[in-house]
Amino acid sequence: MDFLIFKAPMLMVQASLDGILLGILFALIAYGMALQWGVMNIINIAQGDLVILGGYIAYTIYLWGIHPAWGVIISPIIMFFVGWVLYKLVINKVVDRDLFISILATFGIAIVFQQLMNFIFGADVVVAQSEYGTTMLFDNSVTLPNSKIFSAFISVLYAIALVIYMRKSKLGRAIRATAQNARAAKILGVDTEKVYAATFGINAALCGIAGALISITLTLHPYVGLPYTVRSFMIVIVAGLGNLPAVAVSGMGLGLFEEFADYILGTEFRIGAVFLLLVLILVYRRFKLSRKREYLK
Amino acid sequence: MEKLKQKDLILYSGLIILGLAAPYLFSAFKVQLTYLCVLIVLAMTWNLQGGEMGYNTFGNILFYGLGMYLTASVQVGMFFPLAEWTESGGEKTFVHTTAQYFQGIGVGLLVSAIVPAVIAGAIGYAILGLRGHYFAICTLGLGIAAGEIAGGIEIIGAGQGFTTPPFPAEIVDTEARGKFFYFLSFALLVGTFIFVKYIYGSRFRLILNAIRDNEDKAEAMGIQTMKYKIVGWMCSAFFCGLAGGIMGGLIGYIDSTDVAFDGREMGVFMVLMAILGGKGTLWGPVIGATLFHFFKEGLWTLILGWQYVALGVLIVVIVVYFPEGLMGWLREKYPERFGEVIDEKDRKAQVELK
Repeated sequence: MDFLIFKAPMLMVQASLDGILLGILFALIAYGMALQWGVMNIINIAQGDLVILGGYIAYTIYLWGIHPAWGVIISPIIMFFVGWVLYKLVINKVVDRDLFISILATFGIAIVFQQLMNFIFGADVVVAQSEYGTTMLFDNSVTLPNSKIFSAFISVLYAIALVIYMRKSKLGRAIRATAQNARAAKILGVDTEKVYAATFGINAALCGIAGALISITLTLHPYVGLPYTVRSFMIVIVAGLGNLPAVAVSGMGLGLFEEFADYILGTEFRIGAVFLLLVLILVYRRFKLSRKREYLK
Repeated sequence: MEKLKQKDLILYSGLIILGLAAPYLFSAFKVQLTYLCVLIVLAMTWNLQGGEMGYNTFGNILFYGLGMYLTASVQVGMFFPLAEWTESGGEKTFVHTTAQYFQGIGVGLLVSAIVPAVIAGAIGYAILGLRGHYFAICTLGLGIAAGEIAGGIEIIGAGQGFTTPPFPAEIVDTEARGKFFYFLSFALLVGTFIFVKYIYGSRFRLILNAIRDNEDKAEAMGIQTMKYKIVGWMCSAFFCGLAGGIMGGLIGYIDSTDVAFDGREMGVFMVLMAILGGKGTLWGPVIGATLFHFFKEGLWTLILGWQYVALGVLIVVIVVYFPEGLMGWLREKYPERFGEVIDEKDRKAQVELK
């Protein structure tokens, strides 16, 4: 335990800004999770691994000498097809089944992804240098990498674009109809199979964008996918399905929590704190719901 | 009925004799046999939880890892300062005598059975109120959080791991260590099997099944579901803790995320084995674990490096195509063998309906 952060107000500002910028990125991943959960009713444990794969795609183009920021355009395109193929191979067989089956099946996919990434990209921690420099605030006492600002900006941009796409386009309408009632949508001529595949592809593309942004702001490693899954799951259960502003706010809240936990508990407990928060949120939710149930009785 | 019992008796005594003779027959595979026993215990206790009660957990690894750390800590802490032991190579300065070693592991195993069960009881009320996938994700989080937190605690070795006391050097017989751990795990297996079999014949199992099939209705029938769920979880935790304690002694080295709270391996294995054999049957997990172990050991060396890819693919294939498992498949095929009476008329009507 280290309470230095409460003695130095500048550290507090630093942690808050870091947390909010990071939280926007988490919210983008959570948005994808909410989309597929709402439409297809599956929980994708491999979400975080899709993010990391997207990051590695950006890292690869960085190794080829292209600026990694282009990853936010190239990575989602490739990831869309990865998601599509994944849907055709496995996910379409678990859509209508018990949720636990989808959890276990995607857990298996996550293991395969981790290991393949380990083979292809190696087990080292890597980062793509964006060379955007840093912004100094408050007499140089708060440092803010420009890449983080860039990533938050891009996340917001993509989220808004997706919301507009969902509202206006034909596919977006079909997706929303399927989410409301898959059977009725089918009767009215929506090809739900195609909608599901597209939804999963869009989710994977969102993961690709987030991954590309993570490759320039944070670090990549084949085995760090699961914390991203858990973070997005947490954001979705706090915010609820299909409530976009709430997703953004709870994403930022999670980012803040993490940065403060980092300062107070120490970096070695950071991931542990995230998982513990998940357990606490679920338990809190359970007591809240059980009170409601008793009230109904 | 009488005849069937005799058949059972022959089967069980045959298996026990085979189990007792195994370390002498397959002397080179003692460690593998010990693993097999522990895997069967884990699969059976998971089945009690996931198969009978319908609460699919990824969190039994929590009790397994807890048991591992507790056994080792008690074994060291009873005689030597624990902090100095874990700091750097304490096992070289402090040496357990033979009596100390066995006393330590005995008390350690006792603690590692009771404490996880008590913890399961304590957190049970909060955690078991969650339903379905929320429970699954919550227990997944618990297991990983435990691993991450254990990796940050200095007194149990933190990130650099914890070396369990080496087997006493005074025992000259080189086979003794393997035999000791094998018989320990075999005793645990027999104990677990008797316990689970007892549960299968009791009212407790019917209650667990009622909870699995429809918890709200079970509650409406006047069953205090929460009480039984907690007891069921405590039973799982008890045996998982013991299994972990034995495994820690056998491996000789405890790492927070790779050995103890190993959600990526053990935590998935136990679910997979139970599903492979068939959830909700007595023999399913036993057969599933045995098959899985043979498959794993046979294949692991052949496809070195690719084993996790194979594991992931295996999970997907089993879960997507064989969610009922081996016993479920057999049951579908030979229902009369399982004591199910089929109404031909009803079956035909069902087929026509389809």
